[in-house]
Amino acid sequence: MDSPADSWGRYPRTTARVVRVTDRHQPLPPGDASYLPYGNGRSYGDSCLNDGGVLLHTRGLDRFIAFDPATGELTCEAGTLLADILDLAVPQGWFLPVTPGTRFVTVGGAIANDVHGKNHHRSGTFGHHVRAFELLRSDGSRMRCTADENADWFAATIGGLGLTGLVTHATLQLRRIAGPWMVTESHRFGELSEFFALSAGSEADYEYTVAWIDCAATGASLGRGLFSRANHAPSRPSARPTPATRRLSVPLTPPVSMIGPLTLRAFNQFYYHRQHGKVAHAVTHYEPFFYPLDAIGGWNRLYGPRGFLQYQCVVPPGAAMDAMATLVRIIAAAGGGSFLAVLKQFGEQLSPGMLSFPRPGTTLALDFPFRGPTTLDLLNRLDDVVAEAGGAVYPAKDARMSGTRFRQYFPQWEAFSRYIDPRFSSSFWRRVES
Amino acid sequence: MQKILIAGATSAIAEATARLYAASGSRLHLLGRNVARLKDIADDLRVRGAADVTTGVLDMNDVDAHASAIEQAITALGEIDIVLVAHGTLPDQPACEASVQVTLREFATNGTSTIAFVTAVVPHLLSRRAGTIAVISSVAGDRGRQSNYVYGAAKAAVTTFLSGLRQRLGRDGVNVLTIKPGFVDTPMTAAFKKGALWATPDAIAAGIERAIDRRAGEAYLPRFWWAIMFVIRHIPEFIFRRLKL
Ligand SMILES: Cc1cc2nc3c(=O)[nH]c(=O)nc-3n(C[C@H](O)[C@H](O)[C@H](O)COP(=O)(O)OP(=O)(O)OC[C@H]3O[C@@H](n4cnc5c(N)ncnc54)[C@H](O)[C@@H]3O)c2cc1C
Ligand SMILES: NC(=O)c1ccc[n+]([C@@H]2O[C@H](COP(=O)([O-])OP(=O)(O)OC[C@H]3O[C@@H](n4cnc5c(N)ncnc54)[C@H](OP(=O)(O)O)[C@@H]3O)[C@@H](O)[C@H]2O)c1
Repeated sequence: MDSPADSWGRYPRTTARVVRVTDRHQPLPPGDASYLPYGNGRSYGDSCLNDGGVLLHTRGLDRFIAFDPATGELTCEAGTLLADILDLAVPQGWFLPVTPGTRFVTVGGAIANDVHGKNHHRSGTFGHHVRAFELLRSDGSRMRCTADENADWFAATIGGLGLTGLVTHATLQLRRIAGPWMVTESHRFGELSEFFALSAGSEADYEYTVAWIDCAATGASLGRGLFSRANHAPSRPSARPTPATRRLSVPLTPPVSMIGPLTLRAFNQFYYHRQHGKVAHAVTHYEPFFYPLDAIGGWNRLYGPRGFLQYQCVVPPGAAMDAMATLVRIIAAAGGGSFLAVLKQFGEQLSPGMLSFPRPGTTLALDFPFRGPTTLDLLNRLDDVVAEAGGAVYPAKDARMSGTRFRQYFPQWEAFSRYIDPRFSSSFWRRVES
Repeated sequence: MQKILIAGATSAIAEATARLYAASGSRLHLLGRNVARLKDIADDLRVRGAADVTTGVLDMNDVDAHASAIEQAITALGEIDIVLVAHGTLPDQPACEASVQVTLREFATNGTSTIAFVTAVVPHLLSRRAGTIAVISSVAGDRGRQSNYVYGAAKAAVTTFLSGLRQRLGRDGVNVLTIKPGFVDTPMTAAFKKGALWATPDAIAAGIERAIDRRAGEAYLPRFWWAIMFVIRHIPEFIFRRLKL
């Protein structure tokens, strides 16, 4: 029996048969429909969807297997949430080596998209900290994969979009911390070039850097934003820390999108001017720093029943400044951008996955309420700029890029496709393959 | 540090409950019939902070093996503060109707085996005049319904047995807790379509821990099931017999 299956963007709407995996020793379920692992559905587009096929729900694989508090090496099942790892590790002085902007993703999902965080310039991607995992294939075989053992499968599966088989469990190297507090600084900037200067000036001394830009601002304010940089607090911080936030949630999907040009402009104005001086310092708990959106459960529903698209691209260093300016100008002119425009400089480290998205350059990410062809046209125009600049678009956030663009962005796709399990497929892969 | 014996420890509800006790540094002894899953759960509980986790193999329908499994548990734990009995199956009602064997087997799994196990463990708690015997029954035991009355009858037997036991042991410092979950999203109910009335194993586990702490006698989980079952229990039989529940 098929049931509705959504990703975080709630676009596209698909159906699939859900099979829950709860025992890592069991083989994959019998049958001849196509499989795709589904972690916590925090991907925005269709890379975690398999319309008409089977979704292997992995949240039932959430057991820890071993943790050594002396070395920070953690082994757990692949459906374990990063949030559960934090709950376990932080009190013992360990932190995730890399974390995306939500802690409600699974280890398997973090591997399959080779996710990145605000410390990419220091620590690379999630895959850089994966020591080993087990890959279960549809023929029943199990492979232990590490950088040395089955190294090609290791590289194909990291960033492999769930297509190479089911990761059953993985070993990660966590990162030492003194406590849960972050020392943060936020700088207001008036134009894009300042962002590049602030980034360059911060990379040596700050583990985490990220910027938010106001995509609704036009004219003289075009490209204005806030640049944030931070480090883990060395020990007990001197200032009084802001405590972890309480969770709210959006219980229902409003009948129309609550996010339109007006709410957007108002929000961005507020956000930009909220900070009084040019620079603000604070000591905060890691939760509001890394996961501001996690404080509002189900915020994706605010976009209404039609859902939304996220667009995240990366553009290589040489072309980045011009390309970013062009992208921001196109977005501002269209007026359909969101308050979630995030800008970040990736570091030089090569990603460990064959199909990993992060590469040296500047990455921009923002949401668009889905308004049909106008939205799709706008994103195609952004693709033209990104492709021209030799960049790429992030599959984890994508529901619409063309196959031509995908193959241009990821020329390794053909080498990768040899590692796809014959029984595995996804809506995303069928879309970009054609 | 609490010392806890769990029968049917591979159940999703039991596992979620065990995690809560592990996080507060308890010692656990897990009984189940699937050795590999018991080991996975034990490893997980150790990482989560359990002081110690031991396991024993027991098919609850092997009533003759109960006594030695309990002895082993006592050897491993030293003494028992909390017993949680959590195993169960959701019978295929039409299959029960078609077969006396299936009916009796399901009744044994969900009713008799629990009664036998609890009977065998009572003396150990009585000897210390302390502790809690917590057993997962079900709202299904509150009234027989055509859709699963073999299961319901077995749970009703458990509920009634525990109610009597609670009266008997109350004076001796041993609490008997009857846990009555409503719809819970676990492997047992994988085939059902889930709606607003459904709870997660984690939510049930939190309710179980709370009820044990408060030495409650009976706990409908989530609590709104008390109201639903109050209504269902009070529908006059001449109406109830015409309903299709
Ligand atoms: C608010 C928010 C902020 C975000 N911020 C960032 C960010 O900063 N950086 C970033 O990189 N991403 C970010 N993301 C995207 C998110 O981190 C990724 O999409 C992540 O992969 C989602 O993980 P998931 O467990 O929900 O997996 P899903 O979305 O369910 O699945 C993702 C992919 O993993 C595969 N998969 C899942 N489990 C397994 C398994 N056991 N074995 C093999 N394949 C598997 C699936 O098939 C699918 O291809 C963000 C998302 C949100 C909602
Ligand atoms: N889920 C609900 O909606 C719901 C509602 C009310 C009450 N309950 C009750 O809650 C309890 C826990 O169930 P659950 O929901 O957590 O389901 P579950 O995850 O399917 O757990 C049931 C467990 O019982 C074990 N079991 C079955 N027969 C056994 C036997 N003869 N010997 C030993 N173990 C046996 C199974 O072990 P194996 O792994 O070896 O098969 C399984 O782990 C049960 O008593 C159930 O009746 C559940």
